[in-house]
Amino acid sequence: MNNIHAFQRKLLMERSVPGRIGSILPDLDVPKQNLPRPELLRDNLDFPELSEPEIVRYFTNLSRLNFSIDTNFYPLGSCTMKYNPKINDEIAFSPGYAGLHPNQPIDEVQGALTILYRLQGYLREITGMSGVSLAPLAGAQGELAGVLMMRRYLMDNGQEQRLKMLIPDSAHGTNPASAKMAGFNVVSVPTDDSGNTNLEALRAEATNDLAGIMITLPSTLGLFDKNIVEICNIIHQAGGLVYADGANMNALLGQVKIGDLGFDVMHLNLHKTFSTPHGGGGPGAGPVAVKSILEPYLPAPIIGLNQEPNEKHYYLESPNKSIGKLAAFHGNFGVLVRAYVYIRSLGDYGLKQISENAVLNANYIKEKLKGYYNLPFDRNCMHEVVFSATKHKDKGVNGLSISKRLLDYGFHAPTMYFPLTVDEALLIEPTETESKETLDLFIETMKSIDQEAQSQPDLVHDAPHNTPIRRLDEAKAAREPDLRWSRPEEP
Amino acid sequence: MNPSDRRYSKDHEWAQIVGEEVIIGITNFAQEQLGDIVYVDLPEVGSNLDQSSKLGEIESVKAVSDIFSPIGGAVIEVNQAVLDSPELVNQDPSGSGWLVKLAPSDASSDFSSLLTSDEYDELIENEAH
Repeated sequence: MNNIHAFQRKLLMERSVPGRIGSILPDLDVPKQNLPRPELLRDNLDFPELSEPEIVRYFTNLSRLNFSIDTNFYPLGSCTMKYNPKINDEIAFSPGYAGLHPNQPIDEVQGALTILYRLQGYLREITGMSGVSLAPLAGAQGELAGVLMMRRYLMDNGQEQRLKMLIPDSAHGTNPASAKMAGFNVVSVPTDDSGNTNLEALRAEATNDLAGIMITLPSTLGLFDKNIVEICNIIHQAGGLVYADGANMNALLGQVKIGDLGFDVMHLNLHKTFSTPHGGGGPGAGPVAVKSILEPYLPAPIIGLNQEPNEKHYYLESPNKSIGKLAAFHGNFGVLVRAYVYIRSLGDYGLKQISENAVLNANYIKEKLKGYYNLPFDRNCMHEVVFSATKHKDKGVNGLSISKRLLDYGFHAPTMYFPLTVDEALLIEPTETESKETLDLFIETMKSIDQEAQSQPDLVHDAPHNTPIRRLDEAKAAREPDLRWSRPEEP
Repeated sequence: MNPSDRRYSKDHEWAQIVGEEVIIGITNFAQEQLGDIVYVDLPEVGSNLDQSSKLGEIESVKAVSDIFSPIGGAVIEVNQAVLDSPELVNQDPSGSGWLVKLAPSDASSDFSSLLTSDEYDELIENEAH
């Protein structure tokens, strides 16, 4: 192996040389004081000792290993990262927003509250709901807020025995966890052969202990449930409430209002649908939107407006039966600013085009690849399409190998092995921003991999070959996790 | 072909009567579907399980799955080797990769509700296609 590569793999601690320094501290310009308790000072801490250029090269080289939406195509879509216009970041970083203190007097932050107030209004319009709270800090927290509101509403109406929460098996994995945290018992509802919720199974569960249903729309199969209005009716007739997981709103923006379909409560993932860099786990924003019956329960704070004759004054309020606060302050403000800028710069026409292009791009990939990969649900998809990589299993090539082989071609892997109901699932979400040229390149690559799987299965099976690190032993990493560097024993 | 000396559940567990005890594990088909198993969670010795109740969890590189007890009874032994080396379930699901031993509460009635090896072979044949 080339020595430079071995050197570049070394960790900071392994590059450390005793006594080497990266910067010189300025002379002391205040009187020297003795510590009141010098025993608190430890001198046995293991810090790396390096020069400035060594540190710069270490981090610069690490950063060059990054795979990002700014460099390559991500067929796993908004779930991890769709392209986020740079102007959103630029405005969110401006000192007037980034420099605000959450405890600043309300009169000094009227501009920031204007944005939040308007954003509440835009989200009400987009969802067709009557109340919105921007407080939840993530999609899953939005879910929790939503189901806690359902629970409180049922209790206030003498229905505390209603504890059964239905969740289709095509829902997001966080839904059952949220329902359980709010005190509900989760019952799974199967999908029928065409990918819709099985209505017969649903009706059988619509009993007098039913609290409601949590539906991901479109589902994780990338399908719009054709029975959705019927589902809402069945649940309502049985006395339950209907929750929409709006994480896949990329497919529906401006086309349909979730509230009009009959849903009572939903959350949006602003960091997915309305743009914010969020790969790696944050930050997010999962506002909840509700019909009027649930409005009194919304999490605090809600932004209110006093319309004086000559002056507007925005204020923070807590609805009278609020489930309370979800965080110390006002939600993830920077994410909310980005969503506001995104909505304002695209406008109603632009938002509609997002969903049209997201759905068109996914269907384009579906049509071009369906002769090459098994398509479990051969019908129009929404913003994502699920294939089943079972065709070459006899040659030892599965969804994992195909995903790894994509890395060799400079593409990120799609979501794999999810949804769980599809064998060897490859869930491909191109998103709305990708051009036909990029999609064609991806499609041709997927066809090449299919060809390779037939003629040279080992090439696919052992992929990746061109990446800085080759196939990782995921099983060993999970069985024997090695999470901490420790200094090797002196020889 | 699955061994004919035991019975099978539709959830892909097996149960084998050995003297007074019943040994429980997951099938070869189940371990193939799960992929590399990295963690196994099993009940405490002494806990009581109803038939079809949750026995534990298996985590693979793909997913976390519940395991259900094909028969009811009290746990008298858990396979420590599997807890230490989960890959045993991949390597030998029908043998050394067993999960727990139960003192059955009603073995004969529980067993009659399970599938024979022939019926189970047919079930997975259908699931695979």
